[in-house]
Formats: sequence, C-alpha cells, structure tokens
Amino acid sequence: MSQGIEVVGLYVRDQDEAVEFYVGKLGFRVHTDARNGNYRWLTVQHPEQPSFQLGLFTPEQPTLDAATVQNLREIVAKGGMPPMVLVVDDCRAACERLRARGVEFTQDPVERYGSVDASFRDPSGNGWKMIQAR
Amino acid sequence: MTGKTSPADSHRATRTQRSGASAASRRRDAALSRQTPLGARTTTPAKPARGPSSDPELLRRLLRAKDRMDAASHEEWPVRRLARVSCISEAHFARSFKDAFGVPPHRYLLTRRIERATSLLRDTNLPITDIAFQTGWKSLGTFGRTFRDITGESPGDLRALQKATLHELERVPACFVSAAQRPALTIAVSEKRRQDARDINAASEDEEVP
Repeated sequence: MSQGIEVVGLYVRDQDEAVEFYVGKLGFRVHTDARNGNYRWLTVQHPEQPSFQLGLFTPEQPTLDAATVQNLREIVAKGGMPPMVLVVDDCRAACERLRARGVEFTQDPVERYGSVDASFRDPSGNGWKMIQAR
Repeated sequence: MTGKTSPADSHRATRTQRSGASAASRRRDAALSRQTPLGARTTTPAKPARGPSSDPELLRRLLRAKDRMDAASHEEWPVRRLARVSCISEAHFARSFKDAFGVPPHRYLLTRRIERATSLLRDTNLPITDIAFQTGWKSLGTFGRTFRDITGESPGDLRALQKATLHELERVPACFVSAAQRPALTIAVSEKRRQDARDINAASEDEEVP
C-alpha cells in the first residue's frame, strides 16, 4: 500500500502515562518518539497493523493558545473526543486480560448484533469501543 | 486538587455502601480510587483562574461517575454513590457534574434510561412491563408517563413507529446508534409537564377567543 491514512492523533493529558497505557497495557508498540525541547512527536502502532500509527499528542503552547489548551484538556477529560474502535478476536478474553492489567472498562462485554463489544477508556478520558471481529 | 480520600476511607465507604451495586463493581470503585493519584499530576500547566469544575483532573473523575451511570443506568445512583466514584464531596458533586456535563446527574440518568428503553422497544419483543423494570423504573405507570412526557410518544406507540421504519444502521456500533437517540432533556421533566400544561391551557383559551 502506498496511499492511505498513516497517522491519526488523539490528545492525551500526559505522554508518559499514555505510553504506559497504550504500550504497557494495550500491547501497542512505540513507532516514533522524537523530542525537540518541550515538543514530543509520539506515535504508537498496533502490532498487527504496521501501516497505521496512532499519535499520542498533548495540546500545547505555542502551537495553541493557552485558553485553547485548557479547553482541549477539559474536553478530553470529559470524554468529549470522538470514539475509537479496536477490533479483537475474542472480546471477552481481551477484556479479562486488559482488566487484569488495570484498564478501566466502562462497559462489560455484551453480545449483540452478532458480535460482542465492550468499552474502555484511556487514563486521559478517550473512549474506546472494543468489538469482536465477526 | 488535594485528595481527601485515603484508601482506608474508600474501604470504609465501600463497606457501608447499601444501594444496588454488585460486590465486583464496589471492588472496582475502590481499586480505581486507589489507582487515581489525586493531586499527583505535576505536568498541568498554570491555568487561568476558573472554577474548580474546569480542572481536568476533577473532570476526568466526574466522567468516571457518568461512565458508571452509563454502564448501569437501571441501578439507583444517589449522589452519595456518585460522589464516591468521583472522589469528591457530596456537597460539590451535583454542581460540579452539572457544570461539566450541562445537566444534573439525576436528569442525565433519566436520559440514559429513556435511551435504553427506546432501544429495547425497538430491538426486542420484550413486554413493556419488563422493559420498565429492566431500565430502572419501579412502576409501569411512572415509566409510561415519564417516557411520554420526554419523547412525546407512549412506549407502545414508539415501538410501533420504530418497527415500521426501515433501519440501515447495522454497520454503526450499537452504542453510537443508541446515543444518537438519547433525549435532549434540557429542562426538568416536571417543568416540561408544566409547560405542556400551559400550552394546552393557552390553546384552549385561544379557542374561546372569537
């Protein structure tokens, strides 16, 4: 594949905490972690999806003004960012495994519409739906 | 934000909890309270002086209370229980929640119950009585009246209407479809009733005017 979406970013409140969560708990791996002063370009990857990177960014000055930074931090903390969907082979097993690692599930696995789905949040407040592949 | 709830406190609070929560969810509450290092974040930049409700750390914990209502909207959620999930005092909880999410916690819960009832009416053939009890109402009468006041249809009429409509939403994850149909309850149900009553009175007065 030479064309397509390569990086989609989400806002997190703390990049170290985000690495701990997405790598340490979800099992993603760091793709790029480049710093320049306070600026840090950080992306992670699902181990089975080498062509896609998930950016873990913080809303920060001077890219954004102080009021916008504050607004974005609030919106993330209130769960106002768009949801993401993680597809897994076995939703119940994945839920059990992730919960044991301390992932905060907001909905237990439910069987419906011919699949099983559950929901969890990252420490910042970003919501994930975890759906079993049909 | 200084944490006032020590793990020991949250254990004590957990033991004295009485309303509908399962043992597992109580354990989870306690675990999450411990897991959240209150006041431990040092990376938050200096921010303009605004209300405590704009503190992202507090908002994240308020979101946890909202999530818990979402996950079990059929359960009872007194302020005491919600405040404990958010590690905030009961006195501050309702106000902070409303500041954060735009509606008081009890009304938010009501919208979720109506949303869930609407889904069950549409997607299942469960009797309406069962749906009322499954979504947290203690009487069919209260459910029917509240449902009609909020959605404008009786549960039975809404079911008939929804079933007659062709749905092309199978490819959208169920919770998003459901959330899109959550009632926008911007005023209290009691106020809505009063307004409807006033409208009816006004209309009948209009008719009397020649």
